[in-house]
Amino acid sequence: MELTLALAIGVLTGSGVWLILRPRTYQLVIGLALLSYAVNLFIFSMGRLRVGAAPVLGADGAGNPADYADPVPQALVLTAIVIGFATTALLLVVLLAARGLTGSDHVDGRESH
Amino acid sequence: MDWARHLLIVPILLPLVTGAFLLLVDELRHTTKAMISLASTLLLLASDIALMRIADGVPPGAGAMSSAYAIADWPAPFAIVLVLDRLSALMLVLTSVLGLASLVFSMARWQRAGPHFHTLFQFLLMGLGGAFLTGDLFNLFVFFEVTLAASYALLLHGSGAFRVRSGLHYIAINLASSLLFLIGVSLIYGVAGTLNMADLALRLPGVPAENRMLLEAGAAILGVAFLVKAGMWPLCFWLPSAYLAAAAPVAAIFVLLTKVGFYVLLRLTLLIFGSEAGQLTGFGGIVLLWGGIATLIFATSGVLASQAMGRLAGYSVLTSSGTLLAAVGIGDATVVSGALFYLVSSSLSTAAFFMLIELVERAREPGADLLAVTMEAYGDEADPDKDAEEEVGVVMPGALAVLGVCFGCVALLLAGLPPLSGFVAKFAMLTGMLNLQGLGNPVEIPARIWLLVALVILSGLAALVAMMRTGIRIFWAPLEEIVPRVLVIEVAPIVTLLALCLFLTVGGGAMIRYTDAAARSLHEPASYIQGVLEPGASGAAVR
Repeated sequence: MELTLALAIGVLTGSGVWLILRPRTYQLVIGLALLSYAVNLFIFSMGRLRVGAAPVLGADGAGNPADYADPVPQALVLTAIVIGFATTALLLVVLLAARGLTGSDHVDGRESH
Repeated sequence: MDWARHLLIVPILLPLVTGAFLLLVDELRHTTKAMISLASTLLLLASDIALMRIADGVPPGAGAMSSAYAIADWPAPFAIVLVLDRLSALMLVLTSVLGLASLVFSMARWQRAGPHFHTLFQFLLMGLGGAFLTGDLFNLFVFFEVTLAASYALLLHGSGAFRVRSGLHYIAINLASSLLFLIGVSLIYGVAGTLNMADLALRLPGVPAENRMLLEAGAAILGVAFLVKAGMWPLCFWLPSAYLAAAAPVAAIFVLLTKVGFYVLLRLTLLIFGSEAGQLTGFGGIVLLWGGIATLIFATSGVLASQAMGRLAGYSVLTSSGTLLAAVGIGDATVVSGALFYLVSSSLSTAAFFMLIELVERAREPGADLLAVTMEAYGDEADPDKDAEEEVGVVMPGALAVLGVCFGCVALLLAGLPPLSGFVAKFAMLTGMLNLQGLGNPVEIPARIWLLVALVILSGLAALVAMMRTGIRIFWAPLEEIVPRVLVIEVAPIVTLLALCLFLTVGGGAMIRYTDAAARSLHEPASYIQGVLEPGASGAAVR
């Protein structure tokens, strides 16, 4: 499981970095989205990987803390997803405005020859 | 004094509520919106000054130096706290002063250039206030994002192809650096198991040796995210174009965004990697010092090479970032105290400069900037005697005279010449750098400090050269162009900011006492930690 997650984070990060270095605004948006998925998975993994452990205490109150998953990274991921979602939406608006104003989808607003 | 405790949350709540309420007011009712926004910012200034008095009321060296506010009254390491000390109070007052000045300036023209200006402006103030007050790393991320989201929209305020293009670069770079921020925060959480800054400072010395490398990697990645914001070379190429593209009042408040990066670096370096951090003491200091030096070199060349005035101001922001980062890198209390004085003085003067540029440029024909430097290089061939006689006795228009005096003051401030506060600030910093063990206690000064001293002085000289060149082109030119139409409401904020700089010089003693106390308490992290984790307790240090 560690290997799968590490590979997933690695592939997402690699593709994301490659895409944000490309000249088209659409590639930039997708690249940033992939990177933020990778970062979200990474934050999640910082709470240590556990299978079958709940992050919320049961109705019978606190038992052994070792039986539970760390809830803090999960809360962090949730916040990061919301913020990432909002800023990506904003970036999309700017992207459309740039396309309309400059007539090009190059990140510099003009084609390089 | 129960109300005084709740005053701590006012710098976050007040702009949030005002900004949200302004969304409901119709966009056509400019005056109503502006008045509400102005009233709220005035209230904010009043409460920030009250907070500063509270922070300054705690005697330095005695017990808890910071007052903490537990949101929803959860105890400290488990929930988010807001922490007030002299440094954050100083930054808060600076925020509201600059906010007020640019808000008044924007009321003349800019507020009508696009929708929701006042709402975004209030949200920006909220994010800045939160970032200066919070005592929690992840909460810091949230307030950073609030500030940045508002700044993305404000940068685009007024629209136009150039703004949108620089805005796209600005947003992309800041989104990428936010991701670095998250990676750094989660690495630190993974190793230390806490996000509360005070708790983190307590736990770091106990981190086992095999995890130290992960921790250092996390701290370094986090540092890179802040350095992008603070504009350290080579992470600063986005900054001059973004500031050039922004509308004048927006650029004036953006001056503070680079200072947020500096503030967090100063806070975290001295708190977490301070004197009690064991083997981690001074982590990253040398990088900050050399990075600051490189930034100063880059910014000084930029100042000399700039053709447009907006770009010149952008590079001045970088000069002040470089100086401040190098000062954190040295980490000595006297240097930090001088750096805080410099921070206030340089923020006020660059903000005034950005607003002044807008007024001055109304008088100039487009493209004049591009010609200015080229003309100097190739010789000014327009024959000088042609209409010399007609010019005798021409009265300088009042507006241009006021602008000229302001321009001169800004030049003095940026160059660090007496009698204005730029001189006092640089003098305080240089005194600290040349007396690392305190006055009358001579030690050998390392070569890198000499290099920094030389660069700080040279950057002032470069600013003077560039400002003189620009000033001669603008104010001593024949008056065939249109005299700019300038409203009182636009000149007043600039004059006020410059008057504050003059006041800083006259009241320099009191100000230095304040920054000294702020720097000293930053160098005693134990009292900060105690103030957060054991509110109400006083006396001996924790642990």
